[in-house]
Amino acid sequence: MPDWGKGIRARLEGLKLEPTREAEIVEELSQHLNDRYEELLAGGATAEQAYRSGMEELNSGRLTAELQPLLRPAPPPIVLGQDERGNPLAGLWRDLRYGVRLLRLNPGFALVAILSLALGIGANTAIFQLLDAVRLRTLPVRDPQELANIPLVYHPNGRIGSFSSPNPQLTNALWERLRDQQQGFSSIGAWSAQKLNLSQGGEARYANALWVSGSFFATLGTQPILGRLISPADDQPGCGSSGVVISDAFWQREFGGGASVLGQKVTLEGHPFEVIGVTPASFFGVVVGRTFDVAIPICAEPSLAGKRQSALRNPQGWWLAAIGRLKPGWTVERASVQLAAISPGIFEATLPAEYDPTDRKNYLQFKLGALPAASGLSDLREEYEDPLWLLMGISGLVLLIACANLANLMVARATARQREMAVRLALGASRGRLVRQLLAEGLLLAVVGALCGAGLAQALSRLLVSFLSTQNSHLFLDLTPDWRVLAFTAGLAILTCLLFGLTPAIQAARTAPGEAMKATGRAATAGRERFAVRRGLVVSQVALSLVLLVGALLFVRTLRNLVTLDAGFQRDHILINDIDLSPLRLPVANRVAYKQELLTRTRAIPGVISAASVRVVPVSGNGWNDNINIPGTTVQRKIADFNRISPGYFRTVGTPLLAGRDFDDRDTAASPQVAIVTEKFVQKFLAGASPIGKAFGVVQQGGKPDRIYQIVGLVRDTKYSDLREEFMPIVFVAEAQNDSPDLEAQFMIRSDAPLTELIPALKRTVAEVDPAMVLNFSVFDTMIREGLLRERLMATLSGFFGFLAAILAMIGLYGVISYMVVRRRNEIGIRMALGADRSDIVGLIMREAGTLLGIGLVVGTVLALIAGTAASALLFGLRASDPWTLTLAALGLALVAAAASFLPAQRAATLDPMQALREE
Amino acid sequence: MTYMAPKVFDRELKKGSAELLILSLLEHRPRHGYEISKLIEARSEGVLRFNVASFYPLLYRLEQRGFIEGRWVEKAGQRRRRYYRLTAQGRKMLKEQRSIWRDFVNAMNQITGAEHA
Repeated sequence: MPDWGKGIRARLEGLKLEPTREAEIVEELSQHLNDRYEELLAGGATAEQAYRSGMEELNSGRLTAELQPLLRPAPPPIVLGQDERGNPLAGLWRDLRYGVRLLRLNPGFALVAILSLALGIGANTAIFQLLDAVRLRTLPVRDPQELANIPLVYHPNGRIGSFSSPNPQLTNALWERLRDQQQGFSSIGAWSAQKLNLSQGGEARYANALWVSGSFFATLGTQPILGRLISPADDQPGCGSSGVVISDAFWQREFGGGASVLGQKVTLEGHPFEVIGVTPASFFGVVVGRTFDVAIPICAEPSLAGKRQSALRNPQGWWLAAIGRLKPGWTVERASVQLAAISPGIFEATLPAEYDPTDRKNYLQFKLGALPAASGLSDLREEYEDPLWLLMGISGLVLLIACANLANLMVARATARQREMAVRLALGASRGRLVRQLLAEGLLLAVVGALCGAGLAQALSRLLVSFLSTQNSHLFLDLTPDWRVLAFTAGLAILTCLLFGLTPAIQAARTAPGEAMKATGRAATAGRERFAVRRGLVVSQVALSLVLLVGALLFVRTLRNLVTLDAGFQRDHILINDIDLSPLRLPVANRVAYKQELLTRTRAIPGVISAASVRVVPVSGNGWNDNINIPGTTVQRKIADFNRISPGYFRTVGTPLLAGRDFDDRDTAASPQVAIVTEKFVQKFLAGASPIGKAFGVVQQGGKPDRIYQIVGLVRDTKYSDLREEFMPIVFVAEAQNDSPDLEAQFMIRSDAPLTELIPALKRTVAEVDPAMVLNFSVFDTMIREGLLRERLMATLSGFFGFLAAILAMIGLYGVISYMVVRRRNEIGIRMALGADRSDIVGLIMREAGTLLGIGLVVGTVLALIAGTAASALLFGLRASDPWTLTLAALGLALVAAAASFLPAQRAATLDPMQALREE
Repeated sequence: MTYMAPKVFDRELKKGSAELLILSLLEHRPRHGYEISKLIEARSEGVLRFNVASFYPLLYRLEQRGFIEGRWVEKAGQRRRRYYRLTAQGRKMLKEQRSIWRDFVNAMNQITGAEHA
């Protein structure tokens, strides 16, 4: 049978038909010509004649011309992987839909991927959210970028006086002159935070009070939601119990949010104040992390201080802070220059009369300046900014490890899909198109992971805030996600997508279609290079998790060092009772005896082992220091910490007396002044000589002669204001010899009974003496633990992240080793057939795992040493390069890694060699 | 008056009549291309004969205009063939064409018949 197809095709060639259509026409016409040919042969024609007749038929008409108008030419060929319109993003939606289908086919993979991403992204976002709230967010007031804080920017030798607020930047005298002489600010206000007692007698209930100058709210541009705010008219000297403004939260809490609150009274330190207005819910003052309940004009401070010295009237009373709104055209720098120019005059005019020449000289050097305050002030920043950045680094590493795991899974999947990729390449897909397809799948995972993570972050960041809040200092942070948080999460999603999606995508795109199509399933997956990538990923995972484990151990050991530290006192079973005697209006002469009577009654309560009065509770953050002189030595004007205690203090806190005696009845106002000193005092000021009987003088203000003390006892070193500090020289003086006793008594009470059960008896005892006294209880141990919040935060979170990292790395290692076992099934079969026993096989696999682990540990150790320097400031009692910590972390990781690879090794060893070989 | 070469006239006439012939041949059952061309040849007793180069364009034109519809049919032991069947539109067209031809032939007969009569 002749082949007509060629002739027909030659005639159709010019028409550029669609290939399928052309094939159909060729087939149909060929059949026709065949039928004709056979018919002619049957009719007696020779093959030659029949063929010629057929060709004549084909040539006789005008096939091409007749078909021309009939048949549509084929559209330009579609290059697979490219959109007709040449839009590089076209088909992305298809890619995503395809990705969804693939993930639904493999829900296990999708779940693991999304879960690990959600955890990683969630942790990062939560910490960033906290950083954002503490560091980056601007105050919720009008044009916050115009605000500036006005502190002392230069005070080289420190300040002298009493410091009675969390932000003691100015005295009232300084504030008044600053207000009158500054030129850079269109408006300037002063404020101070303090806790004021709401209750009248009995146990104290504190409100966060904000002392404000008349111009404070106007400076910030705050508007009331009810009533009016404090204005300059409210802040006049001698204003007494004036009006107060309350916060929205306080209004809701104490007054049920009713409009009738205006005109109602709030009792502060026993004085009634009338509510004149309510601030909006978003307004919390200028300190980020804190909020306030009541705002009071600063002019009312003297009347609340009662018999205590008023901070307002004290020329050495540092308690105010100033905030100003820059005039249009003024910058912070320009305002600073003006403030520096007026500083000498201001400090000259406010020089406290009691200062001696040294203090005066020092005071006159001070300088005021302006600092940007758009994002407010915060003590949290100082304490938590570094830890938070570090934690973000740590959680970032966890995310990296999670990405490495996902990349590993994706590479494994890409390997399994190599044939699919080869087919697509062979069909004309461009490599770029394949990369995009795989990235689209990655993007899908990343976006879903990021969404879950963002949700998780909301809960996590709130958990963190509650972690950092204590009974006495509640954190108030605005955690609603702003654009920064959203941008951060979106950025993380894209970054992670690139991190775990790109490697497998590039790998897949490098598939050689011919080889992949030809190769058998096993050979196709055994790409050496591909496996090297997976091994590299595992090594980096091991290395990063070692860094995290080392970090976790360092922080956990730091916390442990602080908790178990020998601070020189015992922490357990001690209750602190802080008694405010100011409502009693006791004359100075009676105070010591009155407090002594309270202490005696306290000691008589059943269950109380011992009790003592103390001025400064150890490591409470409070302090009192003075300059001392030791006659006849070089020790002149040296700083020492002071404390005033009653007899029995050392027994109560468990500090051993090393020499001499405790205070006792012999020490009275009339007897010579005595003191007990610590070992450090002896070492530093007495060159280690026995202190008993020696004397020293305490420098007095206003040129008065030194007050001379005789040392009667020596005690062990104890921590004074902070557990982290070195032991400092401490001087204990006797409460009985206090010639200016104040109206506050502070007792430390040791008891075997549960401390909370002791409180009612204590309340009863005090009330029996006078119910007007105000009590405040705290547990010594709790107070110390709350002082270690930062360390606890670091230990808990880094521990959690280290644990997570180790688990992720182990999953990665397990995956790679299992994969290796599958890949080398055949080889293992041969080895076993040739006589290798099970232990040989286990050894073979474990060696491979050991190599990966070993490289990872070496790299990780180097990284941990480098990273450790970033954490060293947060450590206590050990160095970042602590060899034990490194060894422990490496050992721990090695142990878990061995367990993770032993399972697949065991599986390999139980292979049936016959079956393994037969599979080939 | 336009002059028309006899050969061209012959081709146009053939084409016009062939369309009607094809449609009528498909009226009762689907047929493949060769079968149709053979039937035309046979029924016109050899007067109408199409070669492959002019017949298939005709078929495709009818198909394109929606009067007939081609479909590949496979039968056991045979190569697949493309069968054409009449569409509803083709059936309507056939009816119209038939009456036009009938009128035309009648008219022609009357004219030519009168001369001969």
